[in-house]
Amino acid sequence: MISRPISEDDLNAYVDERLDPRRQAEVAAYLDAHPEVAQRIAGFARDRAMLRSVLLPIGDEPVPPELNLMRLVEARRRSAIRFRQWAMAASVALLVGLGGATGWTLRGMSDAGQQEGIASLAREATDSFAVFGSDRMRPVELHAADAAQLTAWASARLGRPVGVPDLSAAGYRFMGGRLVATEHGPAVMFVYDDDHGTRLVLLTRSMTVDRDMPMREQARDGINGFAWAAKGMGYCLVGRADPLVLHPIANAVRRQMSGNA
Amino acid sequence: MPSDRTSQRSNMTDMACLIEPMIPALRRYARGLLRDRAAADDLVQDCLERAITHWSRRRQDSDPRAWVFTILHNLAMTRVRRQASRPQPVDLAAVEDWVPVPPAQEDGLRYRALVQTLSQLPEDQRAVLLLVGIEDLSYAAAAEVLGIPIGTVMSRLSRARERLSRTIDRNDSSQPGQSPNHSPHHSPGQPLLRRVK
Repeated sequence: MISRPISEDDLNAYVDERLDPRRQAEVAAYLDAHPEVAQRIAGFARDRAMLRSVLLPIGDEPVPPELNLMRLVEARRRSAIRFRQWAMAASVALLVGLGGATGWTLRGMSDAGQQEGIASLAREATDSFAVFGSDRMRPVELHAADAAQLTAWASARLGRPVGVPDLSAAGYRFMGGRLVATEHGPAVMFVYDDDHGTRLVLLTRSMTVDRDMPMREQARDGINGFAWAAKGMGYCLVGRADPLVLHPIANAVRRQMSGNA
Repeated sequence: MPSDRTSQRSNMTDMACLIEPMIPALRRYARGLLRDRAAADDLVQDCLERAITHWSRRRQDSDPRAWVFTILHNLAMTRVRRQASRPQPVDLAAVEDWVPVPPAQEDGLRYRALVQTLSQLPEDQRAVLLLVGIEDLSYAAAAEVLGIPIGTVMSRLSRARERLSRTIDRNDSSQPGQSPNHSPHHSPGQPLLRRVK
């Protein structure tokens, strides 16, 4: 019987032990008859085995707490429950609204439902960015040189030590910051910029709702942001940068902030 | 609607049972792609958050492992592209740090050369090598993760292996004296593990 010619794909599948036994035998016979090819394939197999011996042990490392699936699921479930409660409240509001209120009330009520927890933090951060992100006169009250004074002030008002994340690896320089007022108390705003006038704002305040939340993406009026909460502190990084650019920077902030706590 | 909630809960449990055992492999794949421990774990966290959120929306007939790896791979590629557009100074310490230190044995140099060459492979070739050679994904699953035809998986795999092998051989030629090693028993299913010189 004449077998199908041996292809490069067969040789790779041979190395990966993915061939059915008959084909595997055919390839082995071919290799016996072709020492140069056999030598090359033996090299492939050896490299594969060595790589496995180096990389497979990574899978034995203990999984860090941030990657604890149950914790992530729990955070997600809590936010889902809150959403359900909100949806119920909103539907009651809708009935009330239909009962005789104006369209304005309706809109106001359903808007208000979304203004809880992390969603409201994201809105506040976007507002702060809209006001200070484009301010060329005095975007910050205390400059980077006064960082110690700024963090002392913020820590005192937020009741929690607050550090300034370093975003220089992403090309953003810390400009300074100020306290801003929110419906939920004081928040500290840090402003960053790259050397081309692109600014980022990080808003931080303590949270009563959504005290621990996985990172969420949001966007309004061309201002993109990522918000999350950890251990009762909420963080939102916003800017006009593409979400693909912002996301890893937000990750870096989250990593640095969790290192501080 | 209690029944709805119960089914949601059991859906979550299914998800946890399927995804949780993958976490070590996800970390390993992310680290192999990014060669940065902390960045890789950040990526895995994002991936898990997305997997939890979108679990109920995945195609029921898709392999869950391929599905989760696809999320991770796409996040990684987004990150890689962003880095390419904004070159950063290479942190040599971090490069050395991403894999466990090669064992101090006679093959130590070869291990080092191998890891270094792997690091320098183009992302698309490294991804195939890791998915197939380390994570044991089928060729079809690797094709799904990478969003390419199986034929492309095979040709990338071949090119990656060729390049790895060639670079290391060049490296090896500086340390002669390895005795030729004819493996007497290479049975089917047991590829040769030693290079015949």
